[in-house]
Amino acid sequence: MSVRSANPLSVLKRHLHAACAATALLLAACGIAQTADLNALIWCDHSDPALLQPFETANNVKVNVKEFEGTGAGLAIVEQSQPGDWDVMVIDSIDVPRGVEKGLFEPLPEDKLPFADLFPQVKMDKSTMIDGKRYGITEKFGYNTIGFNKTKVDPADMQSLASLTSDKYKGKVAIYDYYLPVIGMAALAIGKKTADLTETDLPALKEELLKMKANAKLVGEVTASQTALATGEVDILVGGGEWVTAGLAKENPALDFSIPKEGAVLWSQSLAMFKDSKNKDMALKFIQYILSPEGQARLATSSCYWGMPSNTKAALTDDQKKVLRFDEQPGFLARAQAYPAPNADLDKKMQDMWTEMLQAK
Amino acid sequence: MSTAENNGRPWPRAGRALPRAGRTLPWVLVTPALGWTLLFFVLPFAAMGLSSLTAHEGGGFTLSNYSQFFTNPSYWQAMVNSLQVTVIVTVVSVLLAYPFAWILAEQVPERWQRLALMLAVLPFWTSYVVRSYSWLLVLAQNGVINRALTGSGLISEPLQLANTRLATATGFVHFFVMLLTLTIFANLKQLSPSYRKAAADLGAGPVRTFLHVILPLTLPGIMVGAFLTFVLCIGDYITPQILGGNNELLMPQLVMMQIGRRGDFPLASALSIILMAVVTVAYLACARWLKIERA
Repeated sequence: MSVRSANPLSVLKRHLHAACAATALLLAACGIAQTADLNALIWCDHSDPALLQPFETANNVKVNVKEFEGTGAGLAIVEQSQPGDWDVMVIDSIDVPRGVEKGLFEPLPEDKLPFADLFPQVKMDKSTMIDGKRYGITEKFGYNTIGFNKTKVDPADMQSLASLTSDKYKGKVAIYDYYLPVIGMAALAIGKKTADLTETDLPALKEELLKMKANAKLVGEVTASQTALATGEVDILVGGGEWVTAGLAKENPALDFSIPKEGAVLWSQSLAMFKDSKNKDMALKFIQYILSPEGQARLATSSCYWGMPSNTKAALTDDQKKVLRFDEQPGFLARAQAYPAPNADLDKKMQDMWTEMLQAK
Repeated sequence: MSTAENNGRPWPRAGRALPRAGRTLPWVLVTPALGWTLLFFVLPFAAMGLSSLTAHEGGGFTLSNYSQFFTNPSYWQAMVNSLQVTVIVTVVSVLLAYPFAWILAEQVPERWQRLALMLAVLPFWTSYVVRSYSWLLVLAQNGVINRALTGSGLISEPLQLANTRLATATGFVHFFVMLLTLTIFANLKQLSPSYRKAAADLGAGPVRTFLHVILPLTLPGIMVGAFLTFVLCIGDYITPQILGGNNELLMPQLVMMQIGRRGDFPLASALSIILMAVVTVAYLACARWLKIERA
C-alpha cells in the first residue's frame, strides 16, 4: 500500500469523487427514467399506491398527489398556486360549476372517455356539463344513508328514517359531520326533495336535525364516525353507507347499510382537468386510466374508503361486488336523490343551521 | 448601594461610550429575529387582517365578518365554550402540576430528579394526535375505564366519558400538566434554601412558609405556565375535534368549519383575529396584575 493511498484525506477525497459521480449518474438515470410528472389534487382514496403504481409504471410518470378535504380548501390551494402547477383535480360532482366559474377547468373530450359505460344516473349532467361542454366525469359514487350494525339493531327499523329520531335508539346514533348530505337526509325524512330545497324549508329542516342530535352520541368526521360504528360506541351512523361499511366488511361483517323507504342521498365525485395544465395529454391518460375497468376496481376498493365505481364494467371480483351490493344498484339509484346543491347564500344559511345544531345541548 | 453606581463610578452612557461598531452590532444581531417575525408573523397577520375586512363573495370592503360573530348566538357560544374549557383546563392543570413539581423539586433525591423529570415528560414524545386517540380508547364505551367499572360491579351501564367536554378537558390536562410541571419545577429549583431558613428563624411553620414565602416567589413561574396553557389550549383544534365528539363547538373548530367546503377565508380570518384579541386581553391581565415580566 503506498503512502499516498494510506493518507486518510486522499482516501476521503477519492471516496467523495466516487460518491459524486454515482450521485450524478443516479440523477441522470432518474431524469431519463422519469420523463414527466403529473400533479393531482386528490381525495385520500387516490393516494393508494395500489391505484397509482400501475399507471406510473405503464406511463413512466410520477404522480405527485396532494390531499385536501372540502371543495373550498381545494380551490384555495389552486388559488395559491401558479397556473399550470396542477393537472387534475378530484371534486364533488356538484361543485364542478364552482371550478368552471373560476375559469379553472378544461372541457373533457367525451369521445375519448367511456361515458357510455357509466351508470346513467351518475353522469350528473346538470353539474358536470356547462354550456354544452363536459368539465367533469363521475368516477365514484355512493350513498349517504343509514349505516348500522345488524347484530345490534333491528334491520327492519333501518328501512325508515323515522327510526333515527325514535327513543328506541337514543344514545346509539352517530351523525356524519358534513352538513349537505345530512341536511339532505333530514329533507327526505320530512318528505322534501333534495333538489327543491329553499330558504323556507330551513325551519322544518332545523327541527328534524335537532331531533337527530338529541338522539346522537357524537357528530364525527369520516374517521371518528367510522371508528365509532366499528368499535361499538354507536350502532347507527346517520349519513353512513358503503363508504363506511364496505371497507370494514372483512373485519366486521355485521356492519351494513340500508336505503330506507324515504330514499337516500347520492354522493358522487368527479375528475376534472385543469385548463392551464402543462401536461394535458398525460392528464387525459390519467383520467382514462381511472375510468378504465381496472382503474375503477382499484379506486372502488381503495384503502382509504370504498365506494361504487361509476363504470358498470369495473373489474371487481364477485366478493367485492357483493360487499358493494353492485347488483342492487339499479334499485338503489332509483330511490336515491341528488346531493343538495344550494346557491352561495343558501349554502351559508345551511352551514349556520348546522352550527346551531352542533351547539344544541 | 445605589443602582446608579458602578464601584463608585457612574455607569457609562451607552450612546457616548460605545464606538460606532458597538452600536450597530446589537442591530445586526437582532436583524434575523426581526426579519423572521416580520416575515412569518407581521405580514401574515396583516394579510389576515385585510382578508377579514373583505366579503367572501365579491371581495369588497365589509365589516360583516365581525358583525356575524356578535349577532350569531352559535358563534358567541363557541367563544363561551372555548373560554370555559380553557379556564377549567388551566386551573386544574395548575392544581395538579404544582404539587407534582414540588414533590420532584423537594422530595425526590437530586440524583433521581433528572430521571423523574424525563419520566414526567415522556408522553411529550408521542404524537399529539396519537395521544388524543389513545384517550379515546381509554374513555370509550368499551374502553379501559368503563370495562373496569362495569367489571367490578360499580356500575351496570357504561358511562358516557368519550365525546364529551370532560374528555376534551382530560386530553388537555394530560398535556398541560407536563408543561406546567416543567415551568414550576424550574422556578422552585431557583429558590435559595435561605428563604426557608429565614422563615423558620422567624418562627414560621412549613405551611406558613409555603403560603407566605414559597408560593408568592413561584407565582411568576405559575403565571408563565398558566398563560402558555391558556394560549395553547384556546387555539387547539385537534383535541376537541377528536375527544369532544362535536357535541359542542369551540372557536378553532368554528374557524376550520368556514374553510372546509365554502372556503370562507374572510370569516375564518375575522374569527381568528377575535380569538387572538381574547388571548391579548388575557396576556394584558396577567402582565398587569401578576407581574409576569419578573419570571
